[in-house]
Amino acid sequence: MNKKVIYTFSALPYRQKIPVYGYYFGGKEKTVAVVGSMRGDEYQQMCVCAMLVKRLKALEEQCFIKADSGIVVIPSASQFSMNVGRRFFPVDNTDINRMFPGYNLGETTQRLADSIFSTVKDYQYGIQLASYYLCGDFVPHVRAIESGFQDHSVADDFGLSYMVVRQPQPIDTTTLNYNWQVFNTTAFSVYSGSTSLVDMNQANASVDAIIRFLIKRGVISEEAAVSDGVPTVHVGEGEMKKVQTQNAGLLHKMIKPGDRVNKGQVLGIIIDPYEAEVLEEILSPCDGVLFFSRTAEAIAQHELVFTVREE
Amino acid sequence: MIQDVVSVRLPVGEDLIIQKNHIVGDCGEGPRICIITGTHGDELEGQYVAWKLGRYLKKRIHKLRGVVDIYPSLNSLGVSTIERGLPGFDLDMNRIFPGNTESSANEYIAKKIVEDISGADLAIDIHASNIFLKEIPQIRINEKTADKLVPMAVHLNMDLIWVHSAATVLESTLAWSLNSTGTPCLVVEMGVGMRLTKSYGDKLVAGILATMTHMGMLHEPLQPVYPPIISSDGFVGYVNANQSGIFMPEKEHGSQVEEGEILGYVADPLTGIIREELRSPITGLLFTLREYPVVYSGSLIARVLGGAEE
Repeated sequence: MNKKVIYTFSALPYRQKIPVYGYYFGGKEKTVAVVGSMRGDEYQQMCVCAMLVKRLKALEEQCFIKADSGIVVIPSASQFSMNVGRRFFPVDNTDINRMFPGYNLGETTQRLADSIFSTVKDYQYGIQLASYYLCGDFVPHVRAIESGFQDHSVADDFGLSYMVVRQPQPIDTTTLNYNWQVFNTTAFSVYSGSTSLVDMNQANASVDAIIRFLIKRGVISEEAAVSDGVPTVHVGEGEMKKVQTQNAGLLHKMIKPGDRVNKGQVLGIIIDPYEAEVLEEILSPCDGVLFFSRTAEAIAQHELVFTVREE
Repeated sequence: MIQDVVSVRLPVGEDLIIQKNHIVGDCGEGPRICIITGTHGDELEGQYVAWKLGRYLKKRIHKLRGVVDIYPSLNSLGVSTIERGLPGFDLDMNRIFPGNTESSANEYIAKKIVEDISGADLAIDIHASNIFLKEIPQIRINEKTADKLVPMAVHLNMDLIWVHSAATVLESTLAWSLNSTGTPCLVVEMGVGMRLTKSYGDKLVAGILATMTHMGMLHEPLQPVYPPIISSDGFVGYVNANQSGIFMPEKEHGSQVEEGEILGYVADPLTGIIREELRSPITGLLFTLREYPVVYSGSLIARVLGGAEE
């Protein structure tokens, strides 16, 4: 393993210099790049990368990484935000993951994005540990933006239950995932269940999924120990059944992502915050699996609160 | 008449209601113009314009033909909490248009706002930079819509019309959403975040009235407006900090500067040294200048407008 500083953000004179580290494994070929947290509350994403670094270190010592194949892992680009408890870049509140491909003469987060992209852009495969723009928990899955540039069937090698394809919106065109694809990297985002709360079991499962991918892609020897994957169901994000609130108030959820649900089943209730009367029973629109559950103690009207994968 | 554009129940005992001042002239049917501001909660320059224009038109209602809709606060929660974005939401409000009814309350609100404005003969979306940069009064127009919009913008009494290059990410702005569906929308940028600059506001109000007169909405003598400088990206020079520290300006915003002239310094108050001298890349008008002193490597310090067409 070779640990390098790929970018240093100067926060002088009142903070110390803030590094972005890259951990390099294997040979010189640019085979797989993994990027972790780019937002200050992506602790789960950073944790997955940290555990991946630990696992790859052991695999390298066992000579299980193929000689030519090269792997780089960037666990976090959001140290500056994490240390002050902010989701976005603390000065101008910009989102690093909306700044790609970056610009080395541009504004602060454009320069940071440029340094990351310069490091990871020529790799054959790109994996981002990502979080969603609405705060919530998912069934662990792999996801890609439909750019028209790549074959999504490769995602089956992660051995996760679902591969979700999102049709790009204009705002998606500045994400790492989209720009990787534009620059000929086959790119996926791995959603490891949670974001701001560290879930070690889910983190281990995500590391296993990435190791499975590396084995199937011939980067790591098949002798490496890893849990079995499952067949992957490909689904368009638009095919998910969305459940929105009709009322506002305190939210009490009765199920969690991954639970099977039946059409008409009560997924949660909205309670009047002053008088505790039940204002709404939130019902499942179909039989299936609860795929996404919004993280909120209280919720407004017209909010997406659950998505259900019909099965 | 105050009208509700969209209403959403908030979690705890409150309705979020986006409202507009719907002013119908006494001189019969005519064009509709929409004055919009408050998309970013820290941009307040438009508050003065909305207030001043509403007061003026109330006294001139007998000379008004058509309809003026004034939307003073699209992001009411942001304005009320001194927050640029939508509180508790990841995406900038000006990146979620035209909105939808399937995702979040904010995207629902965005959709209803677009529906309400759509069909107007002209929309003017007033912004105020941010808390970091001060701008001279200007209109920004995407090059794809320049042919249609520049002739409409010249009466607005702004100092500069900046025709900028297109970017896919900007297709989620309010202005793009309106322009792409046939409602012309001009974007005004002026002043600085969290402040009111009365002189800029007065200038824009005069421009809006002149524009309304050109549109046949006001039966009053045309107020004189100054012709703007019309420029494109090729004439704009950028100055970004390459060091972190405290920015100390040496030049006044809106002044003429020479190529190589020092615009300011990045200073280190801890050691008393100058970390970087920041110089103008071209000769021209210093139309953007850093207002917030704390800077990091990459922070935009200034924009200078070089030789542009009058």
